[in-house]
Amino acid sequence: MIKHFINFEWKQFFRSSYWQKSIGLNILMAFLALYFMLTFLALGISLFPILDEKFPESDPLIILNGFLFYWFLADLLMRFFLQKLPVMNVKPLLVLPIKRRKILHYVLGKSAVSFFNFLPLFAVIPFGLMLIFEEYGTTTAIVWMVLMVIFTLIINFLNIIIESRSAETELSFLPVIVLASGLFALNYFEIVSFSTLLANGINAVDENPVLILIPLAILGIVYYINYIFLKKKLYVDGSLQAKTKTATTSDLTWTRRFGKIAPFLQLDLKLLWRNKRPRSSIFILIIGLMYGLFFYPNPMYNDLEWLYVFVGIFVTGIFIINFGQFIPAWDSGYYKLLMSQNIKYKEYLNSKYSLMVMSSIIMFVLSIPYVYFGWKILLVHFAAMIYNVGVNTYIILLAGSFNRKKIDLTQRAAFNYQGTGAVQWLVGFPLLFVPVAIFFAPYKLIGFEAGVATLIILGATGIVFHQKLMRFIVAKYLRSKYVMINAFDQDN
Amino acid sequence: MIKVAELSKKYGGVAVLNIPSLEIPKGQAFGLVGNNGAGKTTFFNLILDLINPTSGNVINNEIQVNKSEDWKPFTSAFMDESFLIGYLTPEEYFYFIGELRGMNKADIDIFLGQFEEIFNDEILSRKKYLRDLSKGNQKKVGIVSALIGKPEVIVLDEPFANLDPTTQIRLKKLLKDLTVTSNATILISSHDLGHVTEVCDRIVVLEKGEIVRDQKTSAETLQELETYFSA
Repeated sequence: MIKHFINFEWKQFFRSSYWQKSIGLNILMAFLALYFMLTFLALGISLFPILDEKFPESDPLIILNGFLFYWFLADLLMRFFLQKLPVMNVKPLLVLPIKRRKILHYVLGKSAVSFFNFLPLFAVIPFGLMLIFEEYGTTTAIVWMVLMVIFTLIINFLNIIIESRSAETELSFLPVIVLASGLFALNYFEIVSFSTLLANGINAVDENPVLILIPLAILGIVYYINYIFLKKKLYVDGSLQAKTKTATTSDLTWTRRFGKIAPFLQLDLKLLWRNKRPRSSIFILIIGLMYGLFFYPNPMYNDLEWLYVFVGIFVTGIFIINFGQFIPAWDSGYYKLLMSQNIKYKEYLNSKYSLMVMSSIIMFVLSIPYVYFGWKILLVHFAAMIYNVGVNTYIILLAGSFNRKKIDLTQRAAFNYQGTGAVQWLVGFPLLFVPVAIFFAPYKLIGFEAGVATLIILGATGIVFHQKLMRFIVAKYLRSKYVMINAFDQDN
Repeated sequence: MIKVAELSKKYGGVAVLNIPSLEIPKGQAFGLVGNNGAGKTTFFNLILDLINPTSGNVINNEIQVNKSEDWKPFTSAFMDESFLIGYLTPEEYFYFIGELRGMNKADIDIFLGQFEEIFNDEILSRKKYLRDLSKGNQKKVGIVSALIGKPEVIVLDEPFANLDPTTQIRLKKLLKDLTVTSNATILISSHDLGHVTEVCDRIVVLEKGEIVRDQKTSAETLQELETYFSA
């Protein structure tokens, strides 16, 4: 049976029109994966000598164990944003003679072979071998390595619990941020010193391998919790079917002033507010706004003015990156309607454009308090906003004409959390880093004002040529119309 | 109203539709029947420019559909649920379509009044999103929305499927009235020979992408079609 499941997934992946269109992106992902593997390998090899040199009096293993708490916390956060939940279309399988147990174990087992679980091994195994060479005893080294694998799996399943729970509630990524920062704070202010507790625990297991049964039991428990959660979802009247919510209606009359694009604007606003997935791109605005606080209060960054550009583009452009890259896939469910209705592509795209511009302006206004950290920041944020409005919006609209992946807004099937994957952030890279590079050259050669002026001029040029650019983009969309209709018709 | 010339659609060298010539005059109720895979939906998709023809073209009221978008203002369609916007309430959906077709809210409210019978109190002011309606009710919304704004060409793919018996009968009456009261050209595909012969003045039978029968509806048509399809 498992053989069939794997076969299905193989076919689903390679037969999707998405795969065929984005080989380039897949190659890029492979390179990133390779990069991380090499980094971890290097870390695993060099960590022992480094620790030995820096802390000659203490035992490197004990020191490392003391830091593991932070690693686990970082791992959990990273997974939440990058790792996709195991997805499987179970509905067709329910009435076939397959034991439900098998489906569940398969889905959970599948998550265990994720890249994120193998990555730590690249550091853990060399470090473990180092332990053997350094005469810690083979048992200690092996126990330690096994322990790391168990912890990785615990985090894996813990993440699935958190992620699937938060996908069901409306809170998006708030729970995991609260949990992680809560744990971090408790530890940091030494109210409960988790890092010491964890280190003591690991050291104890190293000394007395029988204790490994405790983490093993914890793994069993998180696995079982997942199993129970998923089991409830295997009924058609459970969560396979979306809950019926009472509709709230709003007429959004204020959009009237936007003239021809008003009906689309209303549609987009409803799209954003009434569907889980696009709604998360509203919540993410809060993160975007806070982003500057990571950098600006720290005097270390005071002289790195190019960094302001990065933050500025991020703050005023986070909605553009998050929402924009799925244009027109947001409307994929009813794309045929839009294409056969009395609709001009220009108005449709202009509505999306206006939405992104509005977000950028609002985010700039909200970020004005950063002026507290220096007027230069405000100036750069303003330039970044102009650049976002005049350059990045067009780039992302243009990129949209290559969009071939359907988004299922209704999310009826269980296990279907088309959430944030690593690819989504990858797309944002050029939007974030190109302006920094553009700023950098005149900034180094002439000065700060020249850098700012360059960004503003580029953005303003884009705004001036709005009609021309839009005509070009519309032509692009028209050319890929049939391909898009066809791709959006498929269920991934 | 609609002229088809040398129209063909091939997928990987296999022809799924091949219509050398077909003309549908203004005001005709045109019925399309055929077994699964006969090319009915493909034909409608070509009329609506949702797929690109391999050869030939469709001309809708002097406008070649894959060259200009000017046929859109007077053409409307309901093909399947993917024509609905799941996160809107039925009212909002009607208003949205109305707006695209130059009708304001008040116009739409009056327009919807005539469908009370079909809606049967299950559609309007139920505070439900379209995605939460049953398949049959979704279909009702789709069909009614295709009638908004006095379109001159109405394309309906399988309008009777998924509907309960009462609604099927009411819809039949509605479409028949429409052919009499308006001068709209109506294109309907259906697997139900009874319904389609009752509503349409002309029946075209497709088989493997080719037109094999083309006849005016008469009292014997249903009998003839049944004989044809049972052969």
